[in-house]
Amino acid sequence: MHVMLVQSLVFGILVGALYGLAAVGLSLVFGVTKLLNVAHGELLMFGGYATFWIFTLYGVDPFLALPVTMIFLILIGVIVYGLLFARMVKLSEETKIQNTLLVGFGLSLILQNLALRLWTADDRGVTTAYSGWAFTLLGVRFPIVRVASLGIALAALGALHLFLQKTYTGKAIRATAEDWEAASLMGIDIHRIYLLAFVLGTAMAGIAGALVSVGYSIEPNMGLEWTLIALIVMVLGGLGSIMGTFVGGIVLGVTQALTSCFIGGTYREVVGLLIFLLVLIFRPQGLFGAKER
Amino acid sequence: MLKLERINAAYKDLQVLWDVSIEVNEGELVTLVGPNGAGKTTTLKVISGLLKPTSGSISFQGRSLRKESAHKIVELGISQVPEGGKIFTGMSVLENLELGAFVARARQDKDRTLKWVYEIFPRLEERKNQRAGTLSGGERQMLAIGRALMSKPKLLLLDEPSFGLAPILVDQIFDMITEINRQGVTVLLVEQNVRAALELAHRAYVIENGRIVGQGAGEDLLSFESVRRAYLG
Repeated sequence: MHVMLVQSLVFGILVGALYGLAAVGLSLVFGVTKLLNVAHGELLMFGGYATFWIFTLYGVDPFLALPVTMIFLILIGVIVYGLLFARMVKLSEETKIQNTLLVGFGLSLILQNLALRLWTADDRGVTTAYSGWAFTLLGVRFPIVRVASLGIALAALGALHLFLQKTYTGKAIRATAEDWEAASLMGIDIHRIYLLAFVLGTAMAGIAGALVSVGYSIEPNMGLEWTLIALIVMVLGGLGSIMGTFVGGIVLGVTQALTSCFIGGTYREVVGLLIFLLVLIFRPQGLFGAKER
Repeated sequence: MLKLERINAAYKDLQVLWDVSIEVNEGELVTLVGPNGAGKTTTLKVISGLLKPTSGSISFQGRSLRKESAHKIVELGISQVPEGGKIFTGMSVLENLELGAFVARARQDKDRTLKWVYEIFPRLEERKNQRAGTLSGGERQMLAIGRALMSKPKLLLLDEPSFGLAPILVDQIFDMITEINRQGVTVLLVEQNVRAALELAHRAYVIENGRIVGQGAGEDLLSFESVRRAYLG
C-alpha cells in the first residue's frame, strides 16, 4: 500500500510537470495579450506529431529533435497569430474575449481535422531504444524518459523565467502584461511584444507536446483535453507566476494520480474540474497568485 | 517644436476636441489648464499617439506625427507621464527606470541618465530595489517622472502630476519640474491646479469643453478675469 501511494505520487509529479509546461504557454499568452487561446491543446498536439514524424521518418532522437520541433511550432505560431489573433488584440476587452473564443474553437476544429486527415485517428507514440528503461528506488519505478522529460520541462521553465526576469525584452513583455498603454509610452512596440509572447507560448506547447509523444501517446483529438488541463492549471497556479503555474501542474497531476489509485480512473478528470471550481470560489487569485491590489 | 493645428479628436462617436491649436517652443514650460473633462488628457493622448485625431495636423520638430505609432513617437523624443503615473507596480523601481530607457537612442546612455535621474530624485535611488507597488503616492509620481526622463526626452508631457498629493509634495514636484525644464527639457504640463501651474509656466492655454478659450503668458492669465472667476475664486 505504501509503495503504491509513493508510486502514484511519482507518476503524478512526472505527468504534472507536463501539465505545468502546457499551462505556462497558455498563461503567458493570456497574461500578455489577454487572448485566451482555446486551440492551445491543438498546438501542443502538433508539437507531438512533429516529434513523432521527425523520429519515424529520419530516426532522429526525440530529445535531440526538440529544437527543430520548437522552430516548427514557432512558425505555426507566427502564421496563426498573424492570420487570426493579430486582428483580435486591437478589439475592446469584451469583444476581444468573445471573438477570440469563437476563433479559437474554430481553429481547434480545423487543426483537429487536419491532423485526422493527414495522420489518421491512430494513437501514436515515439518508441526509442531506451523507452522501456526504468530504474527502481525502494520499490518505486522511475521510467527514464519521463524523468528526462521532467528535467527538460524544468529547464524550459527556468530558461523562460530567466528570460522574462533578466533581459530587456523580457522586462518589456512583463511591462506590457501589466499595462499595455504605459508600455507603449516607454517606446515599446506592443504588437511585436504580443507576437513574441504568442510565439513563446506556442514554443512551450511544442516542447510539452514533444514530451507527451515520448512519455505517453498522441492522437488528433487530444487537444481539448490538454487545453482544459492547461486552463485548470493556469487558474490553480494563478496568473503571472511561472513557478506557481508549474507547481499548479504538479498539484493537478498528483491529485489525478491519487484519485485514479484510490477512487478509480473514471473520476480522474472530474477531480480536476472540481479543484478548478473550488479554487475559483475560494481563492480566485490562484494558489500562488498575489491578491489584486 | 511641437505644433497642433485645428486638431479634432473623438472617442468612437463622441467628439472631445474641437479645433485645438497649441504650440510649444523649444526650452519652454507651457501649461494647459482647464476643468475636469475639458479634454486635457485627450490632448496629451493625441500628442503621444495613443489616440489618432480625426482631423487637423500635428508636427514635432517639423515632422508630422499623424501617422506615427505611440512607440515611434517616444523614439522621436516625446515622453509622457500619464495620469496617475501608471508605474509598473509589480516590478522594482530600478526595472521601471530601465524600461523608461527602452528606446535604442536612450538605452546606450542608460547608466548616465540613471545617475541624472537619481540626482533629481534621490529618493528613487534609496528605493531602487523595492517593488514599485510599495511606494507612497509622492514617490510613485517621482518614479513616473523619472521613468519618463530615462528616455532622454526633448519634450516631456506631464498629465496632472499633482493629482492626489499633499500640498507640500505638490510644491516639491513642481520645483522638480521647474528644475527639469531649466536643465533643457521642454515641458508641456497639464494641470487642474491652475494657480500653481500658471505661476510656474512661461505660457499657458486654457481649455474648456474641448476648445481652447484663452492663452497667454502664465502671469497674465492669472489676472485674466474669466480664469480668476472660474478657477481661482
